Amino acid sequence: MTDLTQSNLTQKQVRERIEARLASRHRKEKIFRGFGIASIAFGVLAVLVLFTDIISKGSSAFVQTDIQLQVTYDPAALGIETVDEESLAWANFDAVIRNALRERFPEVTGRRDKRELYSLVSNGAGFELRERLQENPQLLGKTETLWFNADDDVDTYVKSLSKSKEGFLGRTSEQKAQWILALRESGELEKRFNTTFFTNGDSREPEQAGIRAALVGSLFTLLVTLVLSFPIGVAAAIYLEEFAPKNRWTDLIEVNINNLAAVPSIVFGLLGLAIFINFFELPRSAPLVGGLVLTLMTLPTIIISSRASLKSVPPSIREAAMGMGASRMQVVLHHVLPLAMPGMLTGAIIGMAQALGETAPLLMIGMVAFIVDVPHGITDPSTVLPVQIFLWADSPERAFVERTSAAIMVLLAVLITMNTCAVWLRKKLERRW
Amino acid sequence: MQTPTLFALLLLLVLVAYGTGFSRAIATARSRGGVRSLASLPNYYGVHTALWCGLPALVILGLWMLFDDAIIRTLVLGGVADKPETISGQNLLYAQIQNLAAGNLIGATTPQIQAAADHLVSLRQSGRWMQTTITLILAAGLGVYTLLRISPELRAREKVEKVLRIILLACACAAIFTTVGILMSVLFESLRFFQSVPVTEFLFGLHWSPQMALRSDQVGSSGAFGAVPLFTGTLMVSAIAMFVAVPVGLMSAIYLAEYAGNKVRAFAKPLIEILAGVPTVVYGFFAALTVAPFVREVAQSMGMEASSESALAAGLVMGVMIIPFVSSLSDDVINAVPQSLRDGALGLGSTKSETVRKVVIPAALPGIVGGVLLAVSRAIGETMIVVMAAGLAANLTANPLESVTTVTVQIVTLLVGDQEFDSPKTLAAFALGLMLFISTLILNFIALHVVKKYREQYD
Repeated sequence: MTDLTQSNLTQKQVRERIEARLASRHRKEKIFRGFGIASIAFGVLAVLVLFTDIISKGSSAFVQTDIQLQVTYDPAALGIETVDEESLAWANFDAVIRNALRERFPEVTGRRDKRELYSLVSNGAGFELRERLQENPQLLGKTETLWFNADDDVDTYVKSLSKSKEGFLGRTSEQKAQWILALRESGELEKRFNTTFFTNGDSREPEQAGIRAALVGSLFTLLVTLVLSFPIGVAAAIYLEEFAPKNRWTDLIEVNINNLAAVPSIVFGLLGLAIFINFFELPRSAPLVGGLVLTLMTLPTIIISSRASLKSVPPSIREAAMGMGASRMQVVLHHVLPLAMPGMLTGAIIGMAQALGETAPLLMIGMVAFIVDVPHGITDPSTVLPVQIFLWADSPERAFVERTSAAIMVLLAVLITMNTCAVWLRKKLERRW
Repeated sequence: MQTPTLFALLLLLVLVAYGTGFSRAIATARSRGGVRSLASLPNYYGVHTALWCGLPALVILGLWMLFDDAIIRTLVLGGVADKPETISGQNLLYAQIQNLAAGNLIGATTPQIQAAADHLVSLRQSGRWMQTTITLILAAGLGVYTLLRISPELRAREKVEKVLRIILLACACAAIFTTVGILMSVLFESLRFFQSVPVTEFLFGLHWSPQMALRSDQVGSSGAFGAVPLFTGTLMVSAIAMFVAVPVGLMSAIYLAEYAGNKVRAFAKPLIEILAGVPTVVYGFFAALTVAPFVREVAQSMGMEASSESALAAGLVMGVMIIPFVSSLSDDVINAVPQSLRDGALGLGSTKSETVRKVVIPAALPGIVGGVLLAVSRAIGETMIVVMAAGLAANLTANPLESVTTVTVQIVTLLVGDQEFDSPKTLAAFALGLMLFISTLILNFIALHVVKKYREQYD
């Protein structure tokens, strides 16, 4: 535009030149705006694709194919006479299941065919029977009709039937498919709500794998994190915001906090491994150590948000309290802190959500071990939900894909709830001055 | 006594101390004309007593719990006559003794180990007994002493506030301790690593295969620690990620700040920010199971060969993850550009896009650069996406369709599972961690500095 102003053109010539360029300038404007819209669309699309992908993969895991069988607690097949702890321990419950399957399909005779037949039902069926007999010893010798989890291959096949007519056979043989269809025809095979997924711990068998142990582990880990990081974070924020003198030491602390907020999480895992596990010899895979590592990781987040909310309390409140003769500590503890609390809680929830989704540092401290049992305390070996997702994502069985996605859905649901809570809390409690 | 019971007892003592301190303050004041003659409010006397009763005991208890295992260990091992020289041998022996003491050792034991196990059990018992007595006596003694010194002249509030202030300062110093802890843990192990592998080989070597040979005749276990393939792999994945995240993040921030109406803003902004809240393990799953096969199919349809764990897939998904990060940082700096600059440009007849490109962005540039640097440091340190979607093979390649490995992937693979702490294989992970820490530290430092400097410009 500079050439227009410098030259001694007539007004008309100037206007002509401007108008000549106007079209191209407007076109550029449109293109630029188009880029902006495309970027937004890309972001929104990414969210949608991610969520539909996870949901379409995972929603089928909330149902599980079950098979109805008539089982007889036959003492001969079980190899026991009475129901007591010792005999239950070595009773052959698998034989009962096999008998039930043979009775249902009496035409199966060949050795290999029989083995094929037995694999219709999950390996865990025997354990279920054991627990049932342990609770009701009078069942010995009686017959009852029960539902059992089907094997994961059967489950995959049955679920694929709803998508296409032939279904996905995979490792399932033609003959097995015939049996499955026959069972389905007679109503002895059904898709039912997958309670196992919420009540069991991890398992090598997809149909018996659940997220309970991981959920409880996550809960313990978060508890440790919250109990440690919230008080320490708030105290640090109070010191820095209300008491700290302006000197080198304070600057050092501030630089450290800002820097720690951007240190990769895996480095915190290295710290946990070298210091908590090797130096202090705390137990491996324990929620205690996981919580400690996550505390160090979330501290900067909590300190920064707590400071912001302390800053938002107007100085007039402090001055009024001081004018009434309160000491500085009383001003902070009696007046500023209660007013800043909602903002601090919001920050804490966001920090906890961040900690809940964290995986990498927990891999370092051994929370990747294969753990079936539900942990009972903060020193029991356990795993957490994101690590469980990571482990399942690595498993070769096809049926683990849907379970991984389902676990992701549970994790995302918890995270979204936490974040919604934080937003709601902020709207509800935060005051504007 | 079990530790939880001890804690409960200590808590009880503290509560009693508070109550007696409180009532004693009132009692001493009574002769002088009531509560008004006290130097502080009565509850400060209570807190003062409680603090003196609880805090020292708690500190002693904490230190005890941290160090008693190590002390018992040296005592027990010191009692064993011919113990192995190496640390791992001693570890093994101690584990054996511990197992025997817990009563679950299967296999042969020597009388010596049996004696050591008995020693361990008796030490633990007496240790616990001593712990209980010392803690409780300390708590009760200091509590009573403080109680006796309560008088109306005692400035309890000032003393309490002093202690509280020290506690606050200690909490604030946690950040420094964390940094020092990180530095110490990675630095010491790295130094041990560099004793067996020269720094120059690590930094400039072109071959990475950390599997150490257990025996000299083993094949394929060269134990090479040249980290250049890891660095290039990390850089490639991060570069792909930035290639996605910077334009998209920046443009969406510009659109939201300069063009979008309130409705679009209220709808699109939180939706894009959802991306920031999704855990990285979810992105990793998405990258490995959805994006990587898609990339491979597209590449194949164009007649190219793509690995099933391509750098492209991991980079793309990582880029998506970083979009909200770039966009919110840019949003901040764009909004910080004074409106008068925009008004000036618009008043001179420039279009909106010209204003943005020639006025707003140049003015916001330092902040944007700072934000991008922070995003790069996040991309370099990102772990789960690359662990799940990028490969393990250390290829030195520039083809994004091939599988590459990154620094973080190698740290995870070297450290997950059983490890021995004196093999270079494990220590290499700490050396990689040191590299990671230093590079992100430098990036963060520059970025924070640039952003801070820029903010001051318009304040």
